[in-house]
Amino acid sequence: MFPPIPNPPVTATPAKLGDNDLIRRSASNLRVPVEFKEPVAKLIDVSKCIGCKACQAACLEWNELHEEIGTFNGSYTNPPDLTENSLTLMRFTEWVNPETDNLEWLIRKDGCMHCADPGCLKACPAPGAIVQYSNGIVDFDHDKCIGCGYCVKGCPFNIPRISKTDHKAYKCTLCSDRVAVGQGPACQKACPTQAIVFGTKAQMKEWAEGRITDLKSRGYKNAGLYDPPGVGGTHVMYVLQHADQPSLYAGLPDNPRISRIVEAWKGVTKYVGLGVIGFAAVAGALHYLVAGANKVTPEDEANAEKLTGGGRS
Amino acid sequence: MSAPYDVESGDAVHPGHPVQVDRYTVGARINHWITAISLILLAISGLALFHPSLFFLTGLFGGGQMTRTLHPWIGVVLFFSFTGMFFRFWKANLWKSEDGTWMRRIRDVIAGHEEKLPELGKYNAGQKLVFWGMSFLIVVLIASGVVIWNAYFSTFTSIGQQRVALLVHAVAAVAIICVWIIHVYAAIWVKGTISAMTRGQVTGGWAWRHHRKWLRELVSRKPPGNSGTRGTPAE
Repeated sequence: MFPPIPNPPVTATPAKLGDNDLIRRSASNLRVPVEFKEPVAKLIDVSKCIGCKACQAACLEWNELHEEIGTFNGSYTNPPDLTENSLTLMRFTEWVNPETDNLEWLIRKDGCMHCADPGCLKACPAPGAIVQYSNGIVDFDHDKCIGCGYCVKGCPFNIPRISKTDHKAYKCTLCSDRVAVGQGPACQKACPTQAIVFGTKAQMKEWAEGRITDLKSRGYKNAGLYDPPGVGGTHVMYVLQHADQPSLYAGLPDNPRISRIVEAWKGVTKYVGLGVIGFAAVAGALHYLVAGANKVTPEDEANAEKLTGGGRS
Repeated sequence: MSAPYDVESGDAVHPGHPVQVDRYTVGARINHWITAISLILLAISGLALFHPSLFFLTGLFGGGQMTRTLHPWIGVVLFFSFTGMFFRFWKANLWKSEDGTWMRRIRDVIAGHEEKLPELGKYNAGQKLVFWGMSFLIVVLIASGVVIWNAYFSTFTSIGQQRVALLVHAVAAVAIICVWIIHVYAAIWVKGTISAMTRGQVTGGWAWRHHRKWLRELVSRKPPGNSGTRGTPAE
């Protein structure tokens, strides 16, 4: 068993995460802090998940959110997709393993992966609406969010959702408010089987190693850790029984990375675009200085008067 | 007698000193003003969301949320307003053989040597390119803009399609701002043009210098001395 995180003290604890801990801030230039916090991570061991949805309930509880009562549509996955209220969602996949002919119930807790290279943050046009702390947490600041939905297009995992009520983007915060006072996220606290554990990223990788060794000894020869390098690694990681095929798990991307189209849009287009516009304006001004105004001459007016039968008036 | 392709309704010559030429009806001018104001507001609000250093421009629209809300609606206004202009002006903007000559002598155009250019109809090749360029880019912008109009249309397309739309929208926006700069600069550079937009009239000398073929057509269509009621004060 992974040692549980002790309960918080009853006295008020000052938050250990603040503006000084930001390493990235959307649409802003940021001086990188001198002091870095130890990177944290949440490890979700899919092989230990029993599908109880305690994490989903705990997430709603802690964040004071309410999901609308929906309709049953043939799957345990409920609601059918992430929403602005359901920041985490258990996705249930029934898969017949062709090698063993066994039915495997793959239950993946979906939610923000807290990428080291966050596509949402890079796409965001509103200064400070998305921030990344030096411990790895990527968080949204709703006071600054303008509801454009660029983060949705930037995210390689299709996570942020725009509220139909206040038109702002919502996603898992990794309970940054709890982590700031030394606690683990609410979902981890609620998990009855320790399928979700939380600690430093180094600790989580080490813990995952033990789990993977165990799974391999039980015949899951492709068991492994999902910490995709295409996004610089993530601060939410999975232990997967079939780490060679992440897409089995309700479409978890095999090789996630920020879309090249998004990179082109936020990179070269931005700089070349403003450059071209500036060039056009400067070229106009220079032309005026060099060539001078194109003026109608008195001869032109006289010719026009002659053409219209001038002199008669 | 069929009117030449480039003579638009309302175009007329008023002999006098100087000669006055009606170039744009009041309807066309209002149509142009709505389009022009929309385009400027769209450029400002769009640039605010395009580059972080211009985000402060959202203050002009009441903040980021309001800018995000208003931008697409202004785009709808522009689209319908420009559609009106398109049907007013498309015929006179058809490409003619003298336009090719004008393009080949672009150096003389830039240097202001208009005596070396062919006689032109109501619009020169540059104006026609602005017209067709704007038409094309506005179609691209409204189509890509609807795809990324998150509040109403986010569920109709995939995220992959929306990413393409974002890039297309940004590139087309840069292009249309450049076309707009050319359009406005030409109006400033060629003196006597602005009155066509404000009062709908230009002087005969302006028409003689820049659009002589059009002036000849108007004169031959309406014999002098029979120019209707709108005489100039000099008469």
